[in-house]
Amino acid sequence: MATTIARADASQPPLRVSPSRGWLAINVRELWTCRELLYFFIWRDVKIRYKQTAIGAAWAVLQPFLTMLVFSLIFGRLAKLPTNGLPYPVFYYCALLPWSYFATGLQNATNVMVEQQRLITKIYFPRLVLPVSAVLSGLIDFAISFAMLIALMIYYHITPTTALLLLPIFLLLAVLTALGFGLWLSALNAIYRDVRYVVPFLVQFWMFVSPVAYSTSLVPERWRWIYGLNPMAGVIEGFRWALTGHGLAPGPLFAASACGVVLVLLGGLIYFGSIERTVADIV
Amino acid sequence: MLGKRYRLGQRQRYLAFRDRLGGFLRAPMHILEHKANGISHGLREIWALLDVTFEVQPGEIIGMIGRNGAGKTTLLKILSRITEPSAGWAEIWGSMGSLLEVGTGFHPELTGRENIYLNGAILGMGRREIVRKFDEIVSFAEVADFLDSPLKHYSSGMQTRLAFAVAAHFEPEILLVDEVLAVGDLAFQKKCLGKMDEVARTGRTIVFVSHQMNQIRRLCSRVIWIDAGRLRMDGKTPEIVSSYESAMSRGDIGERYETRESQTKARFLRWQLECPSETANPYCLGSLGEVAIHFDLYLSEKLYRGHHGIALFSANRELIWGRATDGLRLQPGLHRISYTFPYLPLRPGPYFWQVSLWQEHELFDLWDCLPEMIVATPNLQHPRDEWSGVLNVPSEVRFTQLGEVECAAHRGRTGLDRLIGA
Repeated sequence: MATTIARADASQPPLRVSPSRGWLAINVRELWTCRELLYFFIWRDVKIRYKQTAIGAAWAVLQPFLTMLVFSLIFGRLAKLPTNGLPYPVFYYCALLPWSYFATGLQNATNVMVEQQRLITKIYFPRLVLPVSAVLSGLIDFAISFAMLIALMIYYHITPTTALLLLPIFLLLAVLTALGFGLWLSALNAIYRDVRYVVPFLVQFWMFVSPVAYSTSLVPERWRWIYGLNPMAGVIEGFRWALTGHGLAPGPLFAASACGVVLVLLGGLIYFGSIERTVADIV
Repeated sequence: MLGKRYRLGQRQRYLAFRDRLGGFLRAPMHILEHKANGISHGLREIWALLDVTFEVQPGEIIGMIGRNGAGKTTLLKILSRITEPSAGWAEIWGSMGSLLEVGTGFHPELTGRENIYLNGAILGMGRREIVRKFDEIVSFAEVADFLDSPLKHYSSGMQTRLAFAVAAHFEPEILLVDEVLAVGDLAFQKKCLGKMDEVARTGRTIVFVSHQMNQIRRLCSRVIWIDAGRLRMDGKTPEIVSSYESAMSRGDIGERYETRESQTKARFLRWQLECPSETANPYCLGSLGEVAIHFDLYLSEKLYRGHHGIALFSANRELIWGRATDGLRLQPGLHRISYTFPYLPLRPGPYFWQVSLWQEHELFDLWDCLPEMIVATPNLQHPRDEWSGVLNVPSEVRFTQLGEVECAAHRGRTGLDRLIGA
């Protein structure tokens, strides 16, 4: 005795709906079948992000650019922080690229479950699509603001070295960091709305413990591996090194960052999976 | 045997950290309270659905009926995997899609074209499938001229039509549909029903929730009646629908909540039908003969400048008929207000009476009469026209050929001369 719909020729195994068991409830194969939906979500995010703004996508450049100006003025001209021989604008812009990608990605992922509440309660799709699309759609902004970096580097006559080939790895690490923490925060925010108010502070503090405004060379060598537990430290230093050839080459710091990200990401997947199937009742 | 349990009380929509914290701090007090009065707090559970067991054959169109809150939508949400069951299981063989509302995921800033793609993808259509059906969707929705303007500039009617058009072209092997055909204007509703007929004929399996028994009668061969979270009846449409309707009119379905505020000066107590010819059921109209409708009213205050209003509404809250009576003078006590009609030419279905009583500008009582009135009169038209309009009136139609004399009378007017001359 059970509820069965349309027992047809049984060419494919049936879909079984029942209370979930076990702690790894994420269905990765299902996510793959939803890649088109993922694409549409990203496409929508990008389409509506700068709708009805006067300067449109120029915001993607303007935000890190203005921050770079302020940083160069205060930390560069006034505080005279060391930059390993890089001009201040390039030094800061290299760090602000991955940092602003990470910060907006994290905040978008945190809010996405609550923003899409209506969708979640009205139709089924793997919920994982939502935080993933929130994190990935920021890459478009990243690409736009990257163009400004190229202009800066040409202006300051900085030629990238072969280290540039490793840039995709650092970018991947930034994406995974945003996703790993984003999964935790979006799931938590669906249950506890307090999270939404915590995240802006979190992002602010996080920037101070990341080498955005200063260089990691200021951190004593024997503490660097602990400093590297902040994955964004590895990402940002990696960006500077890959783009300009100056600064710290990836070492124990980067290894610690990568390990940290993998742990956070796995934990995030498990936690997200555990709320995924009932989130429509709570969100 | 599917079941869905919800916790009531302490927590409903969402939690904040302080709730957890507060719960912890109050916990010792709770234990004391438990001992004191034996009532458990914050742990009340309800089974929104319990022991629901059924099987659907491929190609079947199943209607699901039941009053509001009976658990129909919960069942659909479980079957469509929006939420998971607390107990039991279901097996679904084949590709499945659900329509719990239309236009899910529409974004006001995107254009009509973009929304078609987005909505289609959310429903579960592939991009190629949407491209293939795109023109059909646009012409069904009748929005071709506005395709590239943002949705926020559409009228609400246009938005509804567009949403429906996408939904109507969604064709999984198994479709779960919640009451979505009940919106839009009448002409468009007919078009949607027609589309549903078409889909039904292609051998798809459909589970269809509706409160409109005429839709259920028209589309479904089998009906499942969910009552208070349990499966009450399961069988052929005519049987189940008529037992449901008679149960509704007896008012015996679970508890009925009356949200009416308690009135102190006057109160309508009950209503009933009286047909000289037939039936014991006082809320069901079964024939087209003379009929009287009575409303019992208790007055605790003298009425010296009273107005009384009555209105008849269709299931969609369309006003069918109304009448007001002024200058009423009534003594306190029990009164009966009676209306008589030579006949009520209404199409079969549920209707609502609404009665009100005023003293000058002060409302004494307003009552949406419960239970609703079920009209079960035989249809007088061709079955195909069963759903056109609201009236079910006896009518004759005759075609007569007229001669030269009548033709001459029309000469010199309209464009007829040209027609006849030709």
